[in-house]
Amino acid sequence: MQVQVKLFAFFREGRFIKEDRELPEGTTAGTIVDELGIDREEVGVLMINSRHCKFETVLQEGDIYAIFPVIGGG
Amino acid sequence: MADKIFRVNMTDLSTSIEDVPADWAGHGGRGLTSNIVATEVPPTCHPLGPNNKLIFAPGTLSGTAASNSGRISAGAKSPLTGTIKESNSGGTSAQRLAKMGCKALIIEGQPKDDSWYSLSLTPEGVTITKEEELIGKGNFSVVESVEKRFTDKIGILSIGQAGEMQMTGANISVKDPDSHVRSLGRGGLGAVMGSKKIKFIALDAQDGKVEIADLDAFRAANKAFTKALVDHPVSQALGTYGSNVLVNIINEAGGLPTKNFSQGQFEGHEQISGETMHDLIVERGGKPKHGCHSGCVIQCSQIYNDIKGNYKTSGMEYESIWAMGADCTIDNLDQIAEMDSIMDDIGIDTIETAVAFGVAMEAKVLDFGDAVEMTRILREEIAKGTALGRVIGNGAGSVGRTYGITRVPVVKNQAIPAYDPRSIKGIGITYATSTQGADHTMGYTIATEILGVGGTADPLSKEGMVELSRGLQIATAAIDSTGMCLFIAFAALDDETCLPALIDMINARFGITLVAADVTNLGMSILKTEHAFNMAAGFTNLDDRLPEFFETEPVAPHNAVWDFTGEEIDTFWNF
Repeated sequence: MQVQVKLFAFFREGRFIKEDRELPEGTTAGTIVDELGIDREEVGVLMINSRHCKFETVLQEGDIYAIFPVIGGG
Repeated sequence: MADKIFRVNMTDLSTSIEDVPADWAGHGGRGLTSNIVATEVPPTCHPLGPNNKLIFAPGTLSGTAASNSGRISAGAKSPLTGTIKESNSGGTSAQRLAKMGCKALIIEGQPKDDSWYSLSLTPEGVTITKEEELIGKGNFSVVESVEKRFTDKIGILSIGQAGEMQMTGANISVKDPDSHVRSLGRGGLGAVMGSKKIKFIALDAQDGKVEIADLDAFRAANKAFTKALVDHPVSQALGTYGSNVLVNIINEAGGLPTKNFSQGQFEGHEQISGETMHDLIVERGGKPKHGCHSGCVIQCSQIYNDIKGNYKTSGMEYESIWAMGADCTIDNLDQIAEMDSIMDDIGIDTIETAVAFGVAMEAKVLDFGDAVEMTRILREEIAKGTALGRVIGNGAGSVGRTYGITRVPVVKNQAIPAYDPRSIKGIGITYATSTQGADHTMGYTIATEILGVGGTADPLSKEGMVELSRGLQIATAAIDSTGMCLFIAFAALDDETCLPALIDMINARFGITLVAADVTNLGMSILKTEHAFNMAAGFTNLDDRLPEFFETEPVAPHNAVWDFTGEEIDTFWNF
């Protein structure tokens, strides 16, 4: 299945901003984080299709998956 | 030397220094400005008339070595909202006032003739001087000239042309450590200063120092507090990308109000994002990290240079960039920086004014995305006070009324900032119930709804949102009284050493024994005082509502509408 992965803030350094990835069925959000070499402790927010999700959430064909570090502002 | 109240009467041009009444002794910042307004300002007065008062107060920890304690509060009855108002800013003024022993500066009355004045404060008191040279000038000229008249160490509070013309979008500028300006932005307090005919206030603390009752305890608490701030990952991201790091995440969540609140995502989000801004700043030799006051360890401000590497502006916040960017569909950071600089110079609130432009674009006064025309209107219409300039300079509600537009994003006539309340519902409760009109800083539920700080909450669900907003509004009122930057809240929500250290610092400063419950009670008491003022000014629970279009126009991508009932909103005040 194909999933678009988007990275933000310093997670982009040495990686990418946006990438389409071919993934096996059943891939979880957490697996992608691990594969990218991102420490789960540094992850602040995960979103699939503009909704918050968890490391355990299973990705689906056509999903847009966004990974953010811990950030804030206001 | 005990702190004093400095009072200036602009009707008879008299000044006095008074002891602090017992009721105000425990207050600072917002708690103090709101209590003074509630005690001394008739709630039904005209905000631009002689019965309103303009109050400046440093926080209880301002002027000390406490990290991030350099915020100043300004209070009055707002000419924009008609409610009580506290506006809050960095810069050097809070520390100057605290060091000269001024717990609050109260400006009352109004000159009977058309003369303009300046005020000069030292530990000895206030001098009122007639001002001619700087009338009609922008804030940048004021800072330059006033520094020449005094020294470059002087603290300055000033208004630009917008404040002189009493536009309800006018702000008060606060000089920062680099002689640029920060803003007491919201609620039109620049118009109140203009109505008192005061162009600027110079603050010379001389060799004044804030006394600390228990210096060792204070130092130990400040060390723990600073560590909590510095260690928190949000502080680190703020220092790198500024608050503008939010553009991409709020866009991703579908809550970035776009094209005058008709969409929840902006195609050009990447071009105006914190990530892009950081790279541009570094490439052009600016500073991605910069403090709005000395002692700040978060450093979310920045120095933004133009394409030739020359200084253009500083301290661009997410909400300003959102308002000019997504809300007006302008995807060019250089155009946004140019307008940010002009608005700082004119002295007009970037949020109110850019949202007003969004409504004007809806009314076809200019096209969406037309930064060139927007820049022209700022320079040629607003700065010069033409009829169109005044319509826009009086804010989003003014533009909506003038052109018959129904999609006008305001609560109590103050523009709604950078988070759509249909797709991020908790912040809608803050907009509706805030004592000061729509203002995200009054109870920043985004932390929990979107950023996962201080727990989590589903932004599309109503569940628990009234309680979330209430808890944060109470805590914020207390923090706003200390002189602390609101960005300490991220560490305070997550790190259990942070708040106790803050309370220890207050105790060590004054030789008192506050506990956490006292701080919560202080926050509740401030909110109730402000709410009572508004009720006495003629507001009712029916004013605690969002504009109708949020209920009837679903916003993509979630196709969400605002679906809180009035009864549900009103439970906010059950405490």
